[in-house]
Amino acid sequence: MYRYDDFDKTLVAERVAEFRDQVARRLSGELSEDEFKPLRLMNGVYLQLHAYMLRIAIPYGTLSSAQLRALAHVARRYDRGYGHFTTRQNIQFHWIKLEELPDAMADLAGVGMHGMQTSGNCVRNITTDQWAGVAPDDIEDPRIFAELIRQHVTLHPEFSFMPRKFKIAVGASSHDRAALRIHDLALRLFRNGAGEIGFEVMVGGGLGRTPFLAKTIKPFLEKRDVLSYVEAVLRVYNQFGRRDNIYKARIKILVHEIGAEAFAQEVEAEWQAIKDGPLALDPAAITEIAGRFRYPAYARLDDSPPQLGEARRADRAFDAWMGNSVANHRVPGYAIVTLSLKPEGGTPGDATAAQMQAIADLADRYSDGEVRVGHEQNLVLPHVAQHDLHPLWRALEAIGVATPNVGLVSDIISCPGLDYCSLANARSIPVAQEITRRFRNLDLQRDLGRLHINISGCINACGHHHVGHIGILGVEKNGEEFYQITLGGKADADAKLGTLIGPAVPYAQVADVVEDIAAAYIELRERPDELFIDTVKRTGVEPFKERVYAAR
Amino acid sequence: MPLVKAGHIVEDRYVRVLDDAPIPDGVPVIVPGKRFMADAAVLVQRDGPIGVLWPNDRKVAELEPWLDQLALVALVFPKFRDGRAYSQARLLRERYGFRCELRATGEVLRDQFQFLVRAGFDSFEVKKAADALVFAAAAARYSVFYQPSADGRVPALRRRLQGAPDVRAREAV
Repeated sequence: MYRYDDFDKTLVAERVAEFRDQVARRLSGELSEDEFKPLRLMNGVYLQLHAYMLRIAIPYGTLSSAQLRALAHVARRYDRGYGHFTTRQNIQFHWIKLEELPDAMADLAGVGMHGMQTSGNCVRNITTDQWAGVAPDDIEDPRIFAELIRQHVTLHPEFSFMPRKFKIAVGASSHDRAALRIHDLALRLFRNGAGEIGFEVMVGGGLGRTPFLAKTIKPFLEKRDVLSYVEAVLRVYNQFGRRDNIYKARIKILVHEIGAEAFAQEVEAEWQAIKDGPLALDPAAITEIAGRFRYPAYARLDDSPPQLGEARRADRAFDAWMGNSVANHRVPGYAIVTLSLKPEGGTPGDATAAQMQAIADLADRYSDGEVRVGHEQNLVLPHVAQHDLHPLWRALEAIGVATPNVGLVSDIISCPGLDYCSLANARSIPVAQEITRRFRNLDLQRDLGRLHINISGCINACGHHHVGHIGILGVEKNGEEFYQITLGGKADADAKLGTLIGPAVPYAQVADVVEDIAAAYIELRERPDELFIDTVKRTGVEPFKERVYAAR
Repeated sequence: MPLVKAGHIVEDRYVRVLDDAPIPDGVPVIVPGKRFMADAAVLVQRDGPIGVLWPNDRKVAELEPWLDQLALVALVFPKFRDGRAYSQARLLRERYGFRCELRATGEVLRDQFQFLVRAGFDSFEVKKAADALVFAAAAARYSVFYQPSADGRVPALRRRLQGAPDVRAREAV
C-alpha cells in the first residue's frame, strides 16, 4: 500500500472544494453544460444514458480495505448498491445524482480517493500488473514508478488540455499482465545486458477505431530519467497531436503519421533539453516514494503446508478453485488469490456493496488489508498465507466470488455497452451473460483452457475486443444490433490484434457462434494442451470461419 | 473583456494592431506573429513597447532572437480545451528565459487560472467579467503541487525530501 501524506490529502480535499463550487455554479446556471462538461469530466463524471456516472481512480489497481469499504458506502448511499470495476483498474458508479456528487466525493476523499483524471483529455489512471510487488517474476515493484508518474501528472499545468486522453501503463515482468502495448505510453522495467535496471519505452498503442500496438522508441531509459522522458513525450504530443478531428487525436495517430522514428527524434530533442533539470530523479527521491509503500511483515512459512494438501484432497470444489484462481507468490508459504467477478449470468466486473464490504473484511483478516483490481475486471488478494486458503475459499464462496473460471471462457472482459453508455451501438452485458450460461459446465471450460473473450459495445473498444482471443464488437445496422467477431488477438508480451472472421452476426446468434468456435477449436487442436490462441495462430482463422458461416 | 494582472482588473495599455492597419507610434502595441516576423528588425526599433500575438500552431523557438526586445507575448487559447499554449508558455519562460509580460488570450476561463499561472502567464484577458472578479481566489485553489513548472513553486517530492515538517506528521490510509 502507498501511504498518503498531508500533501496528497490536502490536494484531494482542495479538489473536492473546487468541484463543489463547480457543481454549484452548474446548478445555478452560471455554467452552461458545455462549460461544465470538461470540468466534470476532469473529475470522472460522465453523463450517460440514464444518469451521471462517477468514475473513481484506483491508482495502479491497489486498494486498502478502508478504501474498499468507502466504495461500498458510496454504492449503498449514493448509487443502487453496486459498483463496476473497469479495464483501467478503476471503479464506476452508474446512478449518481449531480447534487450528491460533491458529497460522495467528500466521503471518498476521507480515504484519499477521488475521480481526478479518470476522464478528460489528460493523463488517466496509471495502470500496472495487478500482481505488482508479489509476482515471482517481477524484477521490481512497478508501482513505485507508477506512483512517481501519477504524482507528476496530477493537475499538471501543461498537460490538462491535451488533444485527447492519455493512458500510461508500467510493467516489471517478462510476462506482460498490464497489456502494455495497447497504451499511449508504456514503460517496462527490465534488466539490460549490462545488468542495469531501466525502462523500455513504448508509445502509440491504443484500440478504438484505429487500433495500433505501441512501438518501442527508447530501448533503455535509466530510472533517473523516467519523469523527464514522460514530460518530453507529453510535450511533443501536446503541441503536435492533431486537434482537428477527435478520432485522429490520440498519440497513436501522430506516431503513425510522422513515423515512430521521427516521433522518437522529436522526443529525444525535447528530452535532451530537460533531462538534467529538476525532473531528474536522484536515488533519494525514488527511495522516498518506495519507502511509502508498505509491505506486510510476512511470516516465515513453508510452501504447501500439510493442511492445504489435506483440504485439496478432501474437497474437490476447493481443489478446482486452487488449480484455477491461486497463483504463486514471491514469498514462500504465501499465495496470490484472484476473486472472480464473473459469476454465471453476472455482469462482468460488478460487485455489490455487501461483497465489497465482505472482501474488505477478508482482506483485513487474510491479506494485510490490501486488495488489487486487475484490468480483467477481477479482484485480487495479494498476500494470503497458504494455510489460510481453505477458510478464505469458504468465505469467498459464500459471497459468490470464488467461481473457478479465472482466465477461462466465462471470464469475460466487457464494457457496460448500450445498457448504460451513451456512446454504445449495441449491448455488451447481456451477450456476456448469455455466453457464461452456455458454458456453465466448468469441466467444459477447463477442457477449453485459457480463452479470453472481450466484448465492446462500440468501436471505442473499452472492452478491448481487438486483443481478445475471441473479440466481439457490437455495431448497429439499420437500427439492429450486430456483432463482428475477431480471433487471435492478445494483449500479452507478444501482443497482436485479432483478425475479423467475416460478416457481423445478429445479437441472437452471438452465443451460438462462440459455441461453434469452441467446438471447432476442440476438433482442430493438435493436443489437449494446445491453447486456443495457439491453435488459431497455427491454423489461421479460415477453418473457424468455415465452421461459423457454413450453417449461416 | 477585462484584463487581469497581479490578481487585479487593470486597464489594457496595449493597442492591438490588426494585419494591415498602420502601427501608431508612441503607444504600446500588439501585432500578429506573422506580421512581426516579416518585419521584426524594423518593428523592434520603433518608438514604444511592442508585443506579439503568437499563434498556438507555430513554434515559439522562432521568437527566440527577438525575445529580449519584446515587452509582451500574447498566446492564444482558441478554445479552452486547446492546451497548446501551455507548452508554449513554459518553453518561453523556462527554456528561452522570457521575463516580460506573458498574456493569455482567447477562451480564458476561471477554471484554467491556476494552470495558466503555473505555466508562466502573468496577464489574462478573461472572457467573462464574473470570472475576472474572482481571479485571486480561483488562482489559489490549490496549495500543494506535485510538479515543478514555470511558477518556480517547490513540488511535493522536493519538499518531502527537504523534510517539510507537516509531511510526516499524519500518515494514514
